[in-house]
Amino acid sequence: MNISRQLVNPMLWSGGPVPGEFYEFPRICRKTESDPLKHTLYPSTSGTSVVGFTYKDGVMIAADTKGSYGSLSRFMDIDRLFKATDQAVLACGGDIADYQFIKDVIEQKVRDDECAGSMKVLDAGSLHCWLTRVLYNRRTRFDPLWLDCVVAGFKAGKPFLGFVNKIGMAYEADEIASGFGVHFSLPMIRDARDKKSELTKEEARKLMRECMKILYYRDCKAHHKYQIADITAEGVKIDVCDFKKETNWDVAFYGN
Amino acid sequence: MSSIGTGYDLSASQFSPDGRVFQVEYAQKAVENSGTSIGLRCKDGVVFAVEKIITSKLFEPTSNKRIFTVDSHMGLACAGLLADARAIVEIARTEASNFRAEYGSPIPIKYLAERVSMYLHAYTLYSAVRPYGCSVMIGGVDESGPQLFVSDPSGLCHGYFGSATGKAKQNAKTEIEKLKLTGMTCRELVKEAAKIIYLVHDEVKDKHFQLELSWVCEESNWKHAPVPKVLFDEAEKFAKAALQEDSSDEDEEM
Repeated sequence: MNISRQLVNPMLWSGGPVPGEFYEFPRICRKTESDPLKHTLYPSTSGTSVVGFTYKDGVMIAADTKGSYGSLSRFMDIDRLFKATDQAVLACGGDIADYQFIKDVIEQKVRDDECAGSMKVLDAGSLHCWLTRVLYNRRTRFDPLWLDCVVAGFKAGKPFLGFVNKIGMAYEADEIASGFGVHFSLPMIRDARDKKSELTKEEARKLMRECMKILYYRDCKAHHKYQIADITAEGVKIDVCDFKKETNWDVAFYGN
Repeated sequence: MSSIGTGYDLSASQFSPDGRVFQVEYAQKAVENSGTSIGLRCKDGVVFAVEKIITSKLFEPTSNKRIFTVDSHMGLACAGLLADARAIVEIARTEASNFRAEYGSPIPIKYLAERVSMYLHAYTLYSAVRPYGCSVMIGGVDESGPQLFVSDPSGLCHGYFGSATGKAKQNAKTEIEKLKLTGMTCRELVKEAAKIIYLVHDEVKDKHFQLELSWVCEESNWKHAPVPKVLFDEAEKFAKAALQEDSSDEDEEM
């Protein structure tokens, strides 16, 4: 195909305009029809579960700080959770690079809103809605952002917790987990709620620690260090916690 | 202007025989027709004040604002054609966000001001475009501390401790010179800025005006933001009181 084009339309100079065609600027690369489209269709460095639930004063959400390269523990101190505004926190499992990309985009979006003035602050409801659009759009282009996103915060003054994944599947719930958290943490949170419907801040923190601990015992890609965000009407508080000293691996040595 | 009827003023790409570019000078005239705006830089931040002239009572109070936020740490106050200013603000915002995307840090204010000036200057070079009819004051706090720059339609850009553009820029500059800017705080300057705007406002020519005040300082969390309501009211009260005192002094002299 290229050869015939060269015969008909010899380039005036390499990379320059071709008679009868629009000039293509050097940095815009267009795929020719014969090239197959290629996308990254699997994650490389990834993060594991995210756990979040609502409690009496607001929402709590946590993610550990490990970045795994396959089953290799590649990075031990990675952020998977950030404050977008005073009313919205985003935590992600899945590809770390995609998370860092979407984080930059959201931070610039928040800054743009700030500059525009008179806009309402981006709350968790709006961020969740926006993410569903972005992730679904990327998946329809067969170029997904490999993410399990959990958005925590407030929507119209009420606690909000929402989930979107890489194919744009979205839902809202009072307790949300991704990855192994679905199997290990959700039952624990529901159990706790059965016993007491409204958790206090202390109870919520304790429950979160317990969830992260069980994940650490059972999920080989989980870590003992985790970030926890507490979103209340007063704003967002993010802490880093570590329970390494509390773990007990005696059971692993039975029979040896 | 002496040039009227002498030719050489139809294009921004043509000099007059005495070495001037009249289109650029006309653009500067457009700046001088607008309400005054001042920018002050002190030891702990930057303050902007604008005399927003209200041409119709039917406008909403928040309409036609003349102070903009370019990036979280930086504000822009303009004088001249508002629509032109808005276009420049858009350019500045893009410039700031591109810098962040490439370097991962907020854009230095001096760098942004120079980039914006280059853009303004480019519009003084061609016959097919007209120069921007506005001056912009760009200020904020970056890693090298509080900064204030003023760019005009010719593309000139200077750093200042305090400056004024618009109708009463001469009077305003004289007032600013009386202040010891390096030793003052933003809180003090907000009041002084309000006072200067009230002082230089010409009641005979423009009846109604609205004061706009914004700042970047520690109290605003190093972000560019409108001055809080309480302080704004205080500053306006202070300005009105100072004006009253001034006029009663004059009466006595008479």
